[in-house]
Amino acid sequence: MEITSLTVHELQALLRSAQISPKEVIEALGRRIDEVDPLIHGYLSHDLERAISEAGRVDVSLPLGGVPISIKDVISVKGHPCGCASKILQGYVAPYDATVIAKLRAAGAIPFGRVNMDEFAMGSSTENSAFGPTGNPWDITRTPGGSSGGSAAVVAADEGFAALGSDTGGSIRQPAALCGRVGLKPTYGRVSRYGLVAFASSLDQIGPITKDVRDAAILMNIIAGPDNFDSTSLDDQIPDFTIALEKGVKGLKLGLPKEYFIEGLDPEVENAVRTAVANLESLGAEVVEISLPHTEFALSTYYIIAPAEASANLARFDGVRYGFRAKNTNGLLDHYGKTREEGFGPEVKRRIILGTYVLSSGYYDAYYLRAQKVRSLIRQDFATAFERVDAIVCPTSPTPAFKLGERTSDPLSMYLADIFTLAANIAGICGISVPCGFVEREGKQLPVGLQILGKELNESTVLRVAHAYEQNTDWHKERPSI
Amino acid sequence: MSSKNFDVEYVAELARIKLTPDEIKTFESQLGLVLKHVAKLNEIDVSQVEPMAHSFPTYNVFREDETRECLDREAALSNAPHQAQGLFIVTKVVE
Repeated sequence: MEITSLTVHELQALLRSAQISPKEVIEALGRRIDEVDPLIHGYLSHDLERAISEAGRVDVSLPLGGVPISIKDVISVKGHPCGCASKILQGYVAPYDATVIAKLRAAGAIPFGRVNMDEFAMGSSTENSAFGPTGNPWDITRTPGGSSGGSAAVVAADEGFAALGSDTGGSIRQPAALCGRVGLKPTYGRVSRYGLVAFASSLDQIGPITKDVRDAAILMNIIAGPDNFDSTSLDDQIPDFTIALEKGVKGLKLGLPKEYFIEGLDPEVENAVRTAVANLESLGAEVVEISLPHTEFALSTYYIIAPAEASANLARFDGVRYGFRAKNTNGLLDHYGKTREEGFGPEVKRRIILGTYVLSSGYYDAYYLRAQKVRSLIRQDFATAFERVDAIVCPTSPTPAFKLGERTSDPLSMYLADIFTLAANIAGICGISVPCGFVEREGKQLPVGLQILGKELNESTVLRVAHAYEQNTDWHKERPSI
Repeated sequence: MSSKNFDVEYVAELARIKLTPDEIKTFESQLGLVLKHVAKLNEIDVSQVEPMAHSFPTYNVFREDETRECLDREAALSNAPHQAQGLFIVTKVVE
Protein backbone atom coordinates (compact mmCIF):
# COMPACT_ATOMS: atom_id res chain seq x y z
CA MET A 1 0.00 0.00 0.00
CA GLU A 2 1.22 3.47 -0.90
CA ILE A 3 1.88 5.74 2.07
CA THR A 4 0.08 8.62 0.41
CA SER A 5 -3.19 6.72 0.09
CA LEU A 6 -3.48 6.35 3.88
CA THR A 7 -6.00 8.25 5.97
CA VAL A 8 -4.78 10.47 8.82
CA HIS A 9 -5.68 7.88 11.47
CA GLU A 10 -3.94 5.10 9.54
CA LEU A 11 -0.87 7.29 9.14
CA GLN A 12 -0.90 8.17 12.85
CA ALA A 13 -0.79 4.47 13.75
CA LEU A 14 2.28 3.87 11.55
CA LEU A 15 4.05 6.99 12.85
CA ARG A 16 3.42 6.15 16.51
CA SER A 17 4.64 2.60 16.13
CA ALA A 18 7.73 3.95 14.32
CA GLN A 19 7.00 1.88 11.22
CA ILE A 20 7.52 5.06 9.27
CA SER A 21 9.23 8.38 10.05
CA PRO A 22 7.72 11.85 9.57
CA LYS A 23 10.52 12.57 7.08
CA GLU A 24 9.59 9.52 4.98
CA VAL A 25 5.97 10.73 4.97
CA ILE A 26 6.94 14.13 3.56
CA GLU A 27 9.23 12.54 0.98
CA ALA A 28 6.46 10.20 -0.17
CA LEU A 29 4.11 13.18 -0.43
CA GLY A 30 6.71 15.06 -2.49
CA ARG A 31 7.04 12.13 -4.91
CA ARG A 32 3.28 11.85 -5.28
CA ILE A 33 2.98 15.60 -5.95
CA ASP A 34 5.69 15.35 -8.63
CA GLU A 35 3.77 12.48 -10.17
CA VAL A 36 0.21 13.84 -10.26
CA ASP A 37 0.20 17.57 -9.61
CA PRO A 38 1.33 18.56 -13.11
CA LEU A 39 -2.07 17.15 -14.17
CA ILE A 40 -4.18 18.32 -11.22
CA HIS A 41 -2.62 21.71 -10.36
CA GLY A 42 -3.86 21.44 -6.79
CA TYR A 43 -0.86 23.17 -5.21
CA LEU A 44 0.07 26.79 -5.88
CA SER A 45 3.33 26.14 -4.04
CA HIS A 46 4.92 23.80 -1.55
CA ASP A 47 8.24 23.87 0.28
CA LEU A 48 9.50 20.32 0.63
CA GLU A 49 12.79 21.29 2.31
CA ARG A 50 11.06 23.25 5.01
CA ALA A 51 8.54 20.46 5.62
CA ILE A 52 11.32 17.87 5.87
CA SER A 53 13.16 20.05 8.33
CA GLU A 54 9.98 20.47 10.43
CA ALA A 55 9.40 16.71 10.20
CA GLY A 56 12.79 16.17 11.82
CA ARG A 57 11.63 18.02 14.92
CA VAL A 58 8.07 16.76 15.49
CA ASP A 59 6.96 14.67 18.43
CA VAL A 60 5.02 11.71 16.99
CA SER A 61 3.32 11.04 20.32
CA LEU A 62 1.28 14.24 19.88
CA PRO A 63 -2.29 13.84 18.54
CA LEU A 64 -1.27 14.74 14.96
CA GLY A 65 2.48 14.26 15.36
CA GLY A 66 4.12 14.19 11.92
CA VAL A 67 0.91 14.46 9.90
CA PRO A 68 1.13 16.97 7.01
CA ILE A 69 -2.04 19.00 6.48
CA SER A 70 -2.47 20.86 3.19
CA ILE A 71 -3.56 24.47 3.64
CA LYS A 72 -5.88 26.55 1.49
CA ASP A 73 -4.17 29.72 0.25
CA VAL A 74 -6.51 31.89 2.38
CA ILE A 75 -5.20 30.78 5.81
CA SER A 76 -2.09 32.43 7.27
CA VAL A 77 0.91 30.22 8.05
CA LYS A 78 3.85 32.21 9.40
CA GLY A 79 6.64 32.40 6.84
CA HIS A 80 4.54 30.87 4.03
CA PRO A 81 2.99 32.80 1.15
CA CYS A 82 -0.70 33.64 1.63
CA GLY A 83 -2.03 34.94 -1.65
CA CYS A 84 -5.73 33.96 -1.78
CA ALA A 85 -4.94 32.88 -5.37
CA SER A 86 -4.98 36.58 -6.22
CA LYS A 87 -2.54 38.78 -8.06
CA ILE A 88 -3.14 41.54 -5.51
CA LEU A 89 -1.42 39.44 -2.81
CA GLN A 90 1.33 38.02 -4.99
CA GLY A 91 4.53 37.85 -2.98
CA TYR A 92 2.77 38.37 0.37
CA VAL A 93 4.25 36.26 3.17
CA ALA A 94 2.13 35.76 6.30
CA PRO A 95 3.86 37.33 9.32
CA TYR A 96 1.85 35.27 11.86
CA ASP A 97 0.02 31.96 12.28
CA ALA A 98 -3.76 31.70 12.08
CA THR A 99 -5.22 30.23 15.27
CA VAL A 100 -6.06 26.97 13.47
CA ILE A 101 -2.41 26.72 12.35
CA ALA A 102 -1.10 27.41 15.87
CA LYS A 103 -3.41 24.64 17.09
CA LEU A 104 -2.29 22.24 14.36
CA ARG A 105 1.35 22.93 15.17
CA ALA A 106 0.75 22.42 18.90
CA ALA A 107 -0.77 19.03 18.00
CA GLY A 108 2.36 18.10 16.04
CA ALA A 109 0.90 18.53 12.54
CA ILE A 110 2.97 20.01 9.72
CA PRO A 111 1.17 22.76 7.74
CA PHE A 112 1.99 21.79 4.17
CA GLY A 113 1.88 23.77 0.93
CA ARG A 114 -0.61 26.28 -0.40
CA VAL A 115 -3.56 24.74 -2.21
CA ASN A 116 -5.44 26.40 -5.04
CA MET A 117 -8.81 28.12 -4.70
CA ASP A 118 -11.07 30.63 -6.36
CA GLU A 119 -9.61 34.10 -5.85
CA PHE A 120 -10.54 35.28 -2.32
CA ALA A 121 -12.75 32.16 -2.05
CA MET A 122 -15.26 33.66 -4.49
CA GLY A 123 -16.43 30.93 -6.81
CA SER A 124 -17.55 27.33 -7.14
CA SER A 125 -15.00 25.85 -9.55
CA THR A 126 -11.44 27.19 -8.79
CA GLU A 127 -11.58 28.78 -12.25
CA ASN A 128 -11.38 32.20 -10.61
CA SER A 129 -7.84 31.48 -9.38
CA ALA A 130 -5.41 34.01 -10.86
CA PHE A 131 -3.03 31.08 -11.36
CA GLY A 132 -5.23 28.77 -13.42
CA PRO A 133 -7.86 26.19 -12.44
CA THR A 134 -7.44 22.87 -10.64
CA GLY A 135 -8.56 19.68 -12.39
CA ASN A 136 -10.86 17.12 -10.82
CA PRO A 137 -8.86 13.91 -10.20
CA TRP A 138 -11.83 11.84 -11.43
CA ASP A 139 -11.80 13.67 -14.79
CA ILE A 140 -9.25 16.43 -15.22
CA THR A 141 -11.36 18.19 -17.84
CA ARG A 142 -13.89 18.91 -15.08
CA THR A 143 -13.92 21.23 -12.08
CA PRO A 144 -13.08 19.95 -8.59
CA GLY A 145 -15.66 22.44 -7.31
CA GLY A 146 -14.81 25.48 -5.27
CA SER A 147 -13.81 27.56 -3.74
CA SER A 148 -11.72 25.00 -1.77
CA GLY A 149 -11.21 23.00 -5.00
CA GLY A 150 -7.47 22.60 -4.44
CA SER A 151 -8.07 21.25 -0.92
CA ALA A 152 -10.54 18.64 -2.19
CA ALA A 153 -8.51 17.72 -5.29
CA VAL A 154 -5.22 17.09 -3.49
CA VAL A 155 -6.94 14.89 -0.90
CA ALA A 156 -8.82 13.03 -3.65
CA ALA A 157 -5.62 12.47 -5.67
CA ASP A 158 -3.72 11.22 -2.60
CA GLU A 159 -1.28 14.13 -2.83
CA GLY A 160 -2.54 15.37 0.53
CA PHE A 161 -3.61 13.37 3.61
CA ALA A 162 -6.13 15.99 4.70
CA ALA A 163 -6.64 19.68 4.05
CA LEU A 164 -8.11 22.79 5.61
CA GLY A 165 -10.59 24.76 3.56
CA SER A 166 -12.99 27.60 4.22
CA ASP A 167 -16.74 27.59 3.62
CA THR A 168 -18.73 30.79 3.07
CA GLY A 169 -21.57 29.35 0.96
CA GLY A 170 -20.53 25.73 0.40
CA SER A 171 -16.84 26.09 -0.39
CA ILE A 172 -15.84 23.04 1.68
CA ARG A 173 -18.85 20.76 1.15
CA GLN A 174 -19.38 21.27 -2.60
CA PRO A 175 -15.77 20.48 -3.68
CA ALA A 176 -15.65 17.57 -1.22
CA ALA A 177 -18.80 16.19 -2.92
CA LEU A 178 -17.45 16.73 -6.44
CA CYS A 179 -14.14 15.04 -5.56
CA GLY A 180 -15.59 12.13 -3.57
CA ARG A 181 -14.20 13.19 -0.20
CA VAL A 182 -15.55 14.24 3.20
CA GLY A 183 -15.97 17.97 3.92
CA LEU A 184 -17.22 19.51 7.16
CA LYS A 185 -18.43 23.06 7.67
CA PRO A 186 -18.55 23.65 11.41
CA THR A 187 -21.11 25.83 13.17
CA TYR A 188 -20.41 29.54 12.72
CA GLY A 189 -18.05 30.47 15.56
CA ARG A 190 -16.98 26.91 16.37
CA VAL A 191 -13.56 27.40 14.76
CA SER A 192 -11.60 30.64 15.10
CA ARG A 193 -11.35 32.75 11.95
CA TYR A 194 -8.25 34.62 13.19
CA GLY A 195 -5.71 34.47 10.37
CA LEU A 196 -8.31 33.55 7.75
CA VAL A 197 -8.40 36.28 5.10
CA ALA A 198 -11.96 37.59 5.43
CA PHE A 199 -14.45 37.21 2.56
CA ALA A 200 -17.89 37.51 4.23
CA SER A 201 -17.31 37.73 7.96
CA SER A 202 -20.77 36.67 9.12
CA LEU A 203 -20.65 33.52 6.94
CA ASP A 204 -17.00 32.33 6.81
CA GLN A 205 -15.90 29.18 8.65
CA ILE A 206 -12.74 27.07 8.44
CA GLY A 207 -13.16 23.29 8.29
CA PRO A 208 -11.49 20.04 7.20
CA ILE A 209 -11.57 18.08 3.94
CA THR A 210 -10.56 14.48 4.58
CA LYS A 211 -10.56 10.93 3.21
CA ASP A 212 -13.04 9.64 5.76
CA VAL A 213 -15.37 10.80 8.53
CA ARG A 214 -13.08 9.72 11.38
CA ASP A 215 -10.35 12.03 10.02
CA ALA A 216 -12.80 14.95 9.98
CA ALA A 217 -13.62 14.29 13.66
CA ILE A 218 -9.93 14.03 14.53
CA LEU A 219 -9.15 17.38 12.87
CA MET A 220 -12.17 19.03 14.52
CA ASN A 221 -10.84 17.93 17.91
CA ILE A 222 -7.74 19.99 17.20
CA ILE A 223 -9.03 23.12 15.43
CA ALA A 224 -12.32 23.86 17.26
CA GLY A 225 -12.66 26.01 20.35
CA PRO A 226 -12.91 29.57 21.62
CA ASP A 227 -10.22 32.12 20.79
CA ASN A 228 -9.47 35.53 22.26
CA PHE A 229 -8.44 36.72 18.81
CA ASP A 230 -11.87 36.09 17.26
CA SER A 231 -14.69 37.75 19.17
CA THR A 232 -17.28 35.71 17.23
CA SER A 233 -15.81 32.40 18.33
CA LEU A 234 -18.15 30.54 20.66
CA ASP A 235 -17.33 29.72 24.27
CA ASP A 236 -19.06 26.37 24.23
CA GLN A 237 -17.35 23.20 25.39
CA ILE A 238 -15.66 21.12 22.73
CA PRO A 239 -16.61 17.46 22.94
CA ASP A 240 -14.34 14.66 21.73
CA PHE A 241 -15.87 14.45 18.26
CA THR A 242 -14.66 10.88 17.74
CA ILE A 243 -16.79 9.53 20.60
CA ALA A 244 -20.09 10.01 18.76
CA LEU A 245 -18.85 8.16 15.68
CA GLU A 246 -19.67 4.67 16.93
CA LYS A 247 -23.15 5.45 18.17
CA GLY A 248 -24.97 4.52 14.95
CA VAL A 249 -28.18 6.10 13.72
CA LYS A 250 -30.72 3.92 15.49
CA GLY A 251 -33.30 6.15 17.15
CA LEU A 252 -32.27 9.28 15.22
CA LYS A 253 -34.87 11.18 13.26
CA LEU A 254 -33.72 12.54 9.89
CA GLY A 255 -35.56 15.16 7.87
CA LEU A 256 -35.81 15.08 4.10
CA PRO A 257 -36.53 18.66 2.98
CA LYS A 258 -38.95 18.60 0.05
CA GLU A 259 -37.62 21.94 -1.27
CA TYR A 260 -34.24 20.29 -2.03
CA PHE A 261 -35.68 17.81 -4.53
CA ILE A 262 -36.54 20.24 -7.27
CA GLU A 263 -36.13 20.93 -10.95
CA GLY A 264 -32.45 21.35 -11.73
CA LEU A 265 -31.45 18.45 -9.50
CA ASP A 266 -29.76 15.86 -11.71
CA PRO A 267 -31.95 12.69 -11.70
CA GLU A 268 -28.97 10.38 -11.14
CA VAL A 269 -27.72 12.55 -8.26
CA GLU A 270 -31.22 12.45 -6.80
CA ASN A 271 -31.27 8.67 -7.15
CA ALA A 272 -27.90 8.28 -5.36
CA VAL A 273 -29.05 10.55 -2.52
CA ARG A 274 -32.42 8.79 -2.12
CA THR A 275 -30.65 5.41 -2.07
CA ALA A 276 -28.34 6.72 0.65
CA VAL A 277 -31.30 7.93 2.70
CA ALA A 278 -32.95 4.50 2.34
CA ASN A 279 -29.69 2.98 3.54
CA LEU A 280 -29.74 5.18 6.66
CA GLU A 281 -33.33 4.09 7.21
CA SER A 282 -32.30 0.43 7.00
CA LEU A 283 -29.67 1.17 9.66
CA GLY A 284 -32.40 2.24 12.06
CA ALA A 285 -32.91 5.96 11.43
CA GLU A 286 -36.42 7.28 11.08
CA VAL A 287 -36.83 9.47 7.98
CA VAL A 288 -39.59 12.07 7.75
CA GLU A 289 -40.39 14.66 5.12
CA ILE A 290 -39.89 18.21 6.33
CA SER A 291 -40.28 21.65 4.82
CA LEU A 292 -37.83 24.55 4.79
CA PRO A 293 -40.24 27.00 3.15
CA HIS A 294 -37.81 29.87 2.47
CA THR A 295 -35.24 27.71 0.66
CA GLU A 296 -35.97 29.34 -2.70
CA PHE A 297 -34.89 32.71 -1.27
CA ALA A 298 -31.52 31.53 0.07
CA LEU A 299 -29.56 32.19 -3.13
CA SER A 300 -30.81 35.77 -3.44
CA THR A 301 -30.20 36.45 0.25
CA TYR A 302 -26.68 35.09 -0.03
CA TYR A 303 -25.82 37.11 -3.14
CA ILE A 304 -26.70 40.30 -1.34
CA ILE A 305 -25.13 39.62 2.05
CA ALA A 306 -21.89 37.95 0.90
CA PRO A 307 -20.89 40.59 -1.69
CA ALA A 308 -21.88 43.38 0.71
CA GLU A 309 -19.55 42.06 3.39
CA ALA A 310 -16.87 41.31 0.80
CA SER A 311 -16.94 44.85 -0.55
CA ALA A 312 -16.16 46.14 2.95
CA ASN A 313 -13.56 43.47 3.76
CA LEU A 314 -11.69 43.88 0.48
CA ALA A 315 -11.39 47.65 0.91
CA ARG A 316 -8.19 46.91 2.81
CA PHE A 317 -6.39 45.96 -0.39
CA ASP A 318 -5.19 49.44 -1.23
CA GLY A 319 -1.58 48.87 -2.26
CA VAL A 320 -0.17 50.61 0.80
CA ARG A 321 0.58 48.16 3.61
CA TYR A 322 0.93 44.92 1.67
CA GLY A 323 0.47 43.32 -1.69
CA PHE A 324 0.51 44.68 -5.18
CA ARG A 325 0.74 48.38 -6.00
CA ALA A 326 0.16 49.72 -9.52
CA LYS A 327 3.01 51.67 -11.04
CA ASN A 328 2.97 55.17 -12.54
CA THR A 329 -0.21 56.41 -10.93
CA ASN A 330 -1.32 60.02 -10.79
CA GLY A 331 -2.49 60.90 -7.28
CA LEU A 332 -4.19 58.88 -4.56
CA LEU A 333 -7.50 58.04 -6.28
CA ASP A 334 -5.65 56.89 -9.36
CA HIS A 335 -3.35 54.80 -7.12
CA TYR A 336 -6.35 53.04 -5.53
CA GLY A 337 -8.28 52.64 -8.77
CA LYS A 338 -5.41 51.21 -10.81
CA THR A 339 -4.03 49.02 -8.01
CA ARG A 340 -7.43 47.39 -7.58
CA GLU A 341 -8.10 47.24 -11.32
CA GLU A 342 -4.85 45.41 -12.02
CA GLY A 343 -4.77 43.38 -8.81
CA PHE A 344 -8.27 41.88 -8.67
CA GLY A 345 -9.72 39.35 -11.11
CA PRO A 346 -13.15 39.71 -12.78
CA GLU A 347 -15.27 37.78 -10.24
CA VAL A 348 -13.81 39.68 -7.30
CA LYS A 349 -14.48 42.98 -9.07
CA ARG A 350 -18.01 41.84 -9.90
CA ARG A 351 -18.75 41.06 -6.27
CA ILE A 352 -17.18 44.25 -4.94
CA ILE A 353 -19.31 46.26 -7.38
CA LEU A 354 -22.46 44.33 -6.45
CA GLY A 355 -21.70 44.63 -2.72
CA THR A 356 -20.93 48.34 -2.95
CA TYR A 357 -24.17 48.90 -4.86
CA VAL A 358 -26.44 47.08 -2.37
CA LEU A 359 -24.87 49.05 0.49
CA SER A 360 -24.96 52.40 -1.29
CA SER A 361 -27.12 55.30 -0.21
CA GLY A 362 -30.72 54.83 -1.33
CA TYR A 363 -30.41 51.07 -1.88
CA TYR A 364 -29.36 49.82 1.55
CA ASP A 365 -32.91 49.26 2.84
CA ALA A 366 -34.19 47.74 -0.40
CA TYR A 367 -31.40 45.20 -0.68
CA TYR A 368 -29.17 44.69 2.35
CA LEU A 369 -31.69 45.29 5.13
CA ARG A 370 -34.33 43.20 3.36
CA ALA A 371 -31.83 40.37 2.86
CA GLN A 372 -30.97 40.45 6.57
CA LYS A 373 -34.66 40.07 7.36
CA VAL A 374 -35.06 37.14 4.99
CA ARG A 375 -31.97 35.72 6.65
CA SER A 376 -33.93 35.63 9.93
CA LEU A 377 -36.70 33.68 8.19
CA ILE A 378 -34.26 31.13 6.74
CA ARG A 379 -32.69 30.65 10.13
CA GLN A 380 -36.16 30.20 11.66
CA ASP A 381 -36.94 27.49 9.07
CA PHE A 382 -34.02 25.45 10.36
CA ALA A 383 -34.84 26.12 14.01
CA THR A 384 -38.39 24.85 13.42
CA ALA A 385 -37.12 21.79 11.55
CA PHE A 386 -34.65 20.91 14.30
CA GLU A 387 -37.49 20.83 16.82
CA ARG A 388 -38.73 17.79 14.89
CA VAL A 389 -35.57 16.11 13.58
CA ASP A 390 -31.98 15.46 14.71
CA ALA A 391 -30.41 16.12 11.31
CA ILE A 392 -31.40 17.00 7.74
CA VAL A 393 -30.31 14.89 4.76
CA CYS A 394 -30.19 16.23 1.19
CA PRO A 395 -27.90 16.50 -1.85
CA THR A 396 -24.71 18.59 -1.49
CA SER A 397 -24.60 19.70 -5.13
CA PRO A 398 -27.40 19.58 -7.71
CA THR A 399 -25.06 18.10 -10.35
CA PRO A 400 -21.82 16.13 -10.52
CA ALA A 401 -18.63 17.98 -11.50
CA PHE A 402 -19.22 20.18 -14.55
CA LYS A 403 -16.73 20.85 -17.35
CA LEU A 404 -14.07 23.50 -16.87
CA GLY A 405 -15.15 26.55 -18.88
CA GLU A 406 -18.80 25.51 -19.01
CA ARG A 407 -20.14 28.20 -16.66
CA THR A 408 -17.45 30.89 -16.60
CA SER A 409 -19.28 33.34 -18.87
CA ASP A 410 -22.54 33.12 -16.91
CA PRO A 411 -22.06 34.11 -13.24
CA LEU A 412 -25.65 33.25 -12.29
CA SER A 413 -25.33 29.63 -13.50
CA MET A 414 -22.10 29.36 -11.48
CA TYR A 415 -23.88 30.74 -8.39
CA LEU A 416 -26.51 27.99 -8.73
CA ALA A 417 -23.80 25.37 -7.97
CA ASP A 418 -24.13 26.32 -4.28
CA ILE A 419 -27.90 26.28 -4.13
CA PHE A 420 -28.07 23.42 -1.58
CA THR A 421 -25.15 24.51 0.61
CA LEU A 422 -25.46 28.22 1.22
CA ALA A 423 -28.52 28.13 3.50
CA ALA A 424 -26.37 26.48 6.20
CA ASN A 425 -24.03 29.49 6.18
CA ILE A 426 -26.93 31.93 6.23
CA ALA A 427 -28.36 30.14 9.29
CA GLY A 428 -24.95 29.50 10.91
CA ILE A 429 -25.58 25.76 11.35
CA CYS A 430 -23.14 22.92 10.66
CA GLY A 431 -23.06 20.47 7.75
CA ILE A 432 -21.01 17.70 6.24
CA SER A 433 -20.74 16.13 2.79
CA VAL A 434 -19.96 12.43 2.54
CA PRO A 435 -19.54 10.34 -0.66
CA CYS A 436 -22.74 8.48 -1.60
CA GLY A 437 -22.16 7.08 -5.07
CA PHE A 438 -21.09 7.80 -8.62
CA VAL A 439 -22.66 8.82 -11.89
CA GLU A 440 -21.12 8.15 -15.26
CA ARG A 441 -20.39 10.99 -17.69
CA GLU A 442 -18.49 10.43 -20.94
CA GLY A 443 -17.12 7.15 -19.64
CA LYS A 444 -15.83 8.68 -16.38
CA GLN A 445 -17.11 7.93 -12.90
CA LEU A 446 -17.98 11.15 -11.05
CA PRO A 447 -18.63 11.24 -7.30
CA VAL A 448 -21.89 12.35 -5.67
CA GLY A 449 -22.15 13.79 -2.15
CA LEU A 450 -24.79 13.35 0.55
CA GLN A 451 -25.17 16.43 2.71
CA ILE A 452 -26.10 16.09 6.38
CA LEU A 453 -27.05 19.32 8.14
CA GLY A 454 -27.17 19.67 11.92
CA LYS A 455 -28.32 22.15 14.50
CA GLU A 456 -25.79 24.71 15.72
CA LEU A 457 -23.01 23.12 17.82
CA ASN A 458 -24.26 19.68 16.82
CA GLU A 459 -21.24 18.56 14.77
CA SER A 460 -21.23 15.32 16.76
CA THR A 461 -24.62 14.37 15.31
CA VAL A 462 -23.71 15.06 11.66
CA LEU A 463 -20.43 13.19 12.12
CA ARG A 464 -22.34 10.31 13.70
CA VAL A 465 -24.82 10.03 10.82
CA ALA A 466 -22.05 10.43 8.23
CA HIS A 467 -19.92 7.77 9.88
CA ALA A 468 -22.75 5.26 10.18
CA TYR A 469 -23.49 5.69 6.48
CA GLU A 470 -19.85 5.60 5.43
CA GLN A 471 -19.07 2.44 7.38
CA ASN A 472 -22.01 0.71 5.73
CA THR A 473 -20.83 1.60 2.21
CA ASP A 474 -17.56 1.49 0.28
CA TRP A 475 -17.75 4.81 -1.60
CA HIS A 476 -15.04 6.42 0.52
CA LYS A 477 -12.59 3.66 -0.42
CA GLU A 478 -12.86 4.39 -4.15
CA ARG A 479 -9.83 6.15 -5.62
CA PRO A 480 -9.55 7.97 -8.95
CA SER A 481 -7.27 6.17 -11.40
CA ILE A 482 -4.92 9.14 -11.79
CA MET B 1 -35.89 47.18 -6.21
CA SER B 2 -35.10 47.78 -9.82
CA SER B 3 -31.82 47.63 -11.63
CA LYS B 4 -32.57 50.41 -14.07
CA ASN B 5 -30.56 52.87 -11.99
CA PHE B 6 -27.61 50.55 -11.76
CA ASP B 7 -24.72 52.72 -12.87
CA VAL B 8 -21.66 50.45 -12.83
CA GLU B 9 -19.27 53.29 -13.55
CA TYR B 10 -20.45 55.29 -10.56
CA VAL B 11 -20.45 52.29 -8.21
CA ALA B 12 -16.94 51.34 -9.36
CA GLU B 13 -15.85 54.85 -8.45
CA LEU B 14 -17.32 54.39 -4.96
CA ALA B 15 -15.45 51.09 -4.70
CA ARG B 16 -12.21 52.68 -5.96
CA ILE B 17 -11.82 50.28 -8.87
CA LYS B 18 -11.06 51.51 -12.36
CA LEU B 19 -12.86 49.53 -15.06
CA THR B 20 -12.41 49.39 -18.81
CA PRO B 21 -15.42 50.31 -21.00
CA ASP B 22 -15.70 46.60 -21.90
CA GLU B 23 -15.81 45.57 -18.24
CA ILE B 24 -18.45 48.20 -17.51
CA LYS B 25 -20.62 46.83 -20.30
CA THR B 26 -20.16 43.19 -19.27
CA PHE B 27 -20.76 43.85 -15.58
CA GLU B 28 -23.83 45.93 -16.37
CA SER B 29 -25.48 43.03 -18.16
CA GLN B 30 -24.24 40.27 -15.81
CA LEU B 31 -25.05 42.10 -12.60
CA GLY B 32 -28.34 43.28 -14.11
CA LEU B 33 -29.34 39.61 -14.33
CA VAL B 34 -28.18 38.96 -10.77
CA LEU B 35 -30.19 41.95 -9.50
CA LYS B 36 -33.21 40.72 -11.43
CA HIS B 37 -32.81 37.38 -9.68
CA VAL B 38 -32.43 38.85 -6.19
CA ALA B 39 -35.56 40.96 -6.73
CA LYS B 40 -37.28 37.71 -5.79
CA LEU B 41 -36.91 38.83 -2.17
CA ASN B 42 -39.67 41.39 -2.82
CA GLU B 43 -42.15 38.53 -2.86
CA ILE B 44 -41.86 38.13 0.91
CA ASP B 45 -43.58 40.32 3.46
CA VAL B 46 -40.82 41.17 5.92
CA SER B 47 -42.60 44.04 7.69
CA GLN B 48 -42.79 42.06 10.93
CA VAL B 49 -39.33 40.47 10.75
CA GLU B 50 -36.23 41.58 12.63
CA PRO B 51 -33.04 41.75 10.55
CA MET B 52 -30.27 39.35 11.43
CA ALA B 53 -26.62 40.33 11.07
CA HIS B 54 -25.04 37.35 12.76
CA SER B 55 -25.98 33.77 13.58
CA PHE B 56 -25.10 34.16 17.24
CA PRO B 57 -25.15 37.81 18.16
CA THR B 58 -22.51 38.58 20.74
CA TYR B 59 -22.02 41.94 22.37
CA ASN B 60 -19.11 43.51 24.17
CA VAL B 61 -16.65 40.66 24.14
CA PHE B 62 -13.86 41.69 26.46
CA ARG B 63 -10.54 40.17 27.37
CA GLU B 64 -8.09 41.06 30.09
CA ASP B 65 -6.04 44.09 29.14
CA GLU B 66 -2.64 42.45 29.35
CA THR B 67 0.50 43.04 27.38
CA ARG B 68 1.35 40.31 24.91
CA GLU B 69 3.62 39.66 22.00
CA CYS B 70 2.77 41.48 18.83
CA LEU B 71 4.31 42.04 15.42
CA ASP B 72 7.46 44.10 15.56
CA ARG B 73 7.87 46.99 13.18
CA GLU B 74 10.08 45.11 10.78
CA ALA B 75 7.57 42.27 10.42
CA ALA B 76 4.67 44.69 10.01
CA LEU B 77 6.52 46.50 7.22
CA SER B 78 7.90 43.38 5.58
CA ASN B 79 5.09 43.08 3.01
CA ALA B 80 4.84 46.76 2.13
CA PRO B 81 5.21 47.52 -1.59
CA HIS B 82 7.16 50.65 -0.66
CA GLN B 83 8.74 51.44 2.70
CA ALA B 84 11.66 53.39 4.08
CA GLN B 85 13.06 54.35 7.49
CA GLY B 86 10.50 52.25 9.35
CA LEU B 87 7.55 53.87 7.58
CA PHE B 88 5.05 52.98 4.84
CA ILE B 89 5.60 55.22 1.83
CA VAL B 90 2.22 56.34 0.48
CA THR B 91 1.11 58.21 -2.58
CA LYS B 92 1.01 61.96 -2.01
CA VAL B 93 -2.35 62.91 -0.47
CA VAL B 94 -2.01 66.63 0.29
CA GLU B 95 -0.73 69.14 -2.23
